[in-house]
Amino acid sequence: MKKKDDSMRLSIDAKNLGYRELNLKIRNFLNGSGRGNDIGYEGNGDNCSREVTIKNALGHRYIGDGLKGDALINVYGTPGNDLGAFMDGPTLEIFGNGQDGIGNTMNSGKIIVHGDVGDILGYSMRGGEIYIEKSIGFRGGIHMKSYREKVPVLVIGGSAGNFLGEYMAGGIIILLGLHKREKAALPFAGKTDIIGNYTGTGMHGGKIYVRGNIEDYKLGKEVRKSVAGKDDLDLLDRYVTAYCSLFNIDRKKIPVSSFLKLIPCSYRPYGKLYAY
Amino acid sequence: MALELKQSEFEIERDKNKCISCEVCVRQCSNDVHEYDSDQDTLYSDNSKCVGCRRCETLCPTGALKIRNREDQFKTNYNWTSSHLSNIYRQADSGGVLLTGMGSDRAHTVYWDHILFNAAQVTNPSIDPLREPMEIRTFIGRKPERLDFEINRNKDSKESLKDTNIKLKTKVPPQLDLSTPIMFSAMSYGSVSLNVCKSLAAAASEFGTYYNTGEGGLHKDLYGYAKNTIVQVASGRYGVDVDYLNKGAAVEIKIGQGAKPGIGGHLPGEKVTGDISNTRMIPEGTDAISPAPHHDIYSIEDLAQLIYALKEATNWLKPVGVKVSAVHNIAPIASGIVRAGADFVTIDGLRGGTGAAPQIIRDNVGIPIELAIASVDERLREEGIRYRSSIIAAGSIRSSADVIKAIALGADAVYIGTAALVAIGCHLCQKCYTGKCNWGIATQDPYLTKRLNPEIGTRKLLNLLRGWSLEIKEMLGGAGINAIESLKSNREHLRGINLNDRELAVLGIKHAGEAW
Repeated sequence: MKKKDDSMRLSIDAKNLGYRELNLKIRNFLNGSGRGNDIGYEGNGDNCSREVTIKNALGHRYIGDGLKGDALINVYGTPGNDLGAFMDGPTLEIFGNGQDGIGNTMNSGKIIVHGDVGDILGYSMRGGEIYIEKSIGFRGGIHMKSYREKVPVLVIGGSAGNFLGEYMAGGIIILLGLHKREKAALPFAGKTDIIGNYTGTGMHGGKIYVRGNIEDYKLGKEVRKSVAGKDDLDLLDRYVTAYCSLFNIDRKKIPVSSFLKLIPCSYRPYGKLYAY
Repeated sequence: MALELKQSEFEIERDKNKCISCEVCVRQCSNDVHEYDSDQDTLYSDNSKCVGCRRCETLCPTGALKIRNREDQFKTNYNWTSSHLSNIYRQADSGGVLLTGMGSDRAHTVYWDHILFNAAQVTNPSIDPLREPMEIRTFIGRKPERLDFEINRNKDSKESLKDTNIKLKTKVPPQLDLSTPIMFSAMSYGSVSLNVCKSLAAAASEFGTYYNTGEGGLHKDLYGYAKNTIVQVASGRYGVDVDYLNKGAAVEIKIGQGAKPGIGGHLPGEKVTGDISNTRMIPEGTDAISPAPHHDIYSIEDLAQLIYALKEATNWLKPVGVKVSAVHNIAPIASGIVRAGADFVTIDGLRGGTGAAPQIIRDNVGIPIELAIASVDERLREEGIRYRSSIIAAGSIRSSADVIKAIALGADAVYIGTAALVAIGCHLCQKCYTGKCNWGIATQDPYLTKRLNPEIGTRKLLNLLRGWSLEIKEMLGGAGINAIESLKSNREHLRGINLNDRELAVLGIKHAGEAW
């Protein structure tokens, strides 16, 4: 890799910018010029990716929306909803909490959040990886799906709210349960558990791994508990190790043997629904 | 246990004097109705398997076949009709949801047929569209609230107008430019064959209008027609990535469909084969399940978020619209959609078509498109936001008269789905969901799909668009109007017939015979 020179880096103070201005600046820089009308970022041909650092993100929406290529975007502060929506390639690292709709319909790339995030994480995600240091809100990983070499992965360090993996059609969700939410902030009533109700409702593909056990009433009726096999342990080891190195956590704290595997009861849940 | 009397809906009559045992009927029928017995050198037909698509009747070289609707075999009963009885028998057997195809065939009031269009007599002259210019070009997208011009006048010049340089200062948002106010509705590759998609795309492209991908992704063979493609984003997000979004001329978020308001869609795994799996970006053989709601949209605010996420992803270069089905509170819903930033609102009425829908929902949920257009247009005008979005009406537009009435009620343009399929051979047998379409439309079986030649399909669709456009011009000219824009929401040109006061009030029209 070539050494990054200054022309490959951009620092933006977002404090006084609207989201459109901010996102246009990012897009223009990644396109390598002021060609604001070019769609997406196709990569600039050399091996050195461009790097953007955004300071003072104050709920700016759609950062990384629809961007392609291999750029690196660092965000300090709190980015707004739909972070990395439709994204296809770049890596977003958030030093702060995220909001709703992160990685919506994302195709490839990586999102790392040093903190908590809100609802609908990774909705309909088709590829790429998302690492959340702490906890997520409701409806995480709904309708994730995989296709050929694309297998979307969500790694959640803390707890998850209701409807985790609802309608899930493919991909992998790993819930580490390292952080339980404070009771007042829980998206589900009751004990400070690491997972909410209706987990995997309507699930018909993919896998959910949860560290520890789940009470049966928290599962949707289309999902069942299973035991992690050798392949599962290898996979868990890979992603847990990646999580630990991203967030500086002692790898030994999270033995892969302690995971429960959730899989769909049927890959054709609606096969017998109709009278012809 | 034979509890039910299996009723065949059709009766096949074969004239033995005309039949030459050529077996065309055997080869043409995917439902295996006809069978050749070589020992007897005779053809037999099984009425119970017939769906009434009339493929064999159409192609029989000697005209030996006649398909007739079978007389009601149950005892006549106006309450318990034979369709209720047959449905109950079917469900008692299977325990399933009744599935059907195409738009509702129930006897709902068709308001188009109770609305009459006007013509000019004496007090203003009618116009002959064959000799005089007639503008039916239509723009779909957000219009500016006002226009600002930059006017540079050369003060020394006497001919002030000639030397005046006028430039439009207002930035006009992206628009779709239609040569006629008719587009092809969303029909996904998967619900229809690729040859159908090709026919629609090529015809839209050649005529200067648009077709819609539905939630099926965009097949690479259709990339050439990208400029005339509206790409759809539905709850399953099948085939949606940033390249797909940017290929299209506009993006349509599908919330609902007239034939099945409030419910999602299931493309069964058997239909997710090679090419369809690639286009939808899901593994072969898996069920493609579109959830009923978009799980990232639980409110108007969430809808706004997705609209702007799509605008960002397409660099603000394309109109982003929202398709909803016509339901009871459609007017405030449409108002919310407009306020959420949609550049166009597509409204699909009760009688809208589908490849597969639960029959009970198709026939009982939603409201007719005519009433929906009128109430939405009225509400948006009252609130002063009509300019912000175009309205596209859909849900059984059967002729150019329906088009012109829709526009006079307040639509900017219409989508046609069923009419387009009829133009390329559909005979409305309503068995799309079986995947055995003998006309090669709603099927993926290569033996059947090759029956539709996309070049011929394109030509038929072009003919239909041409014919309807000519008729629209004739009717406009007859009413003394020379631009379709002047007809939009011009309800003075409509009169109702056989309608009650409430219906007239909702439609915002006078009864026939009432004058100024």
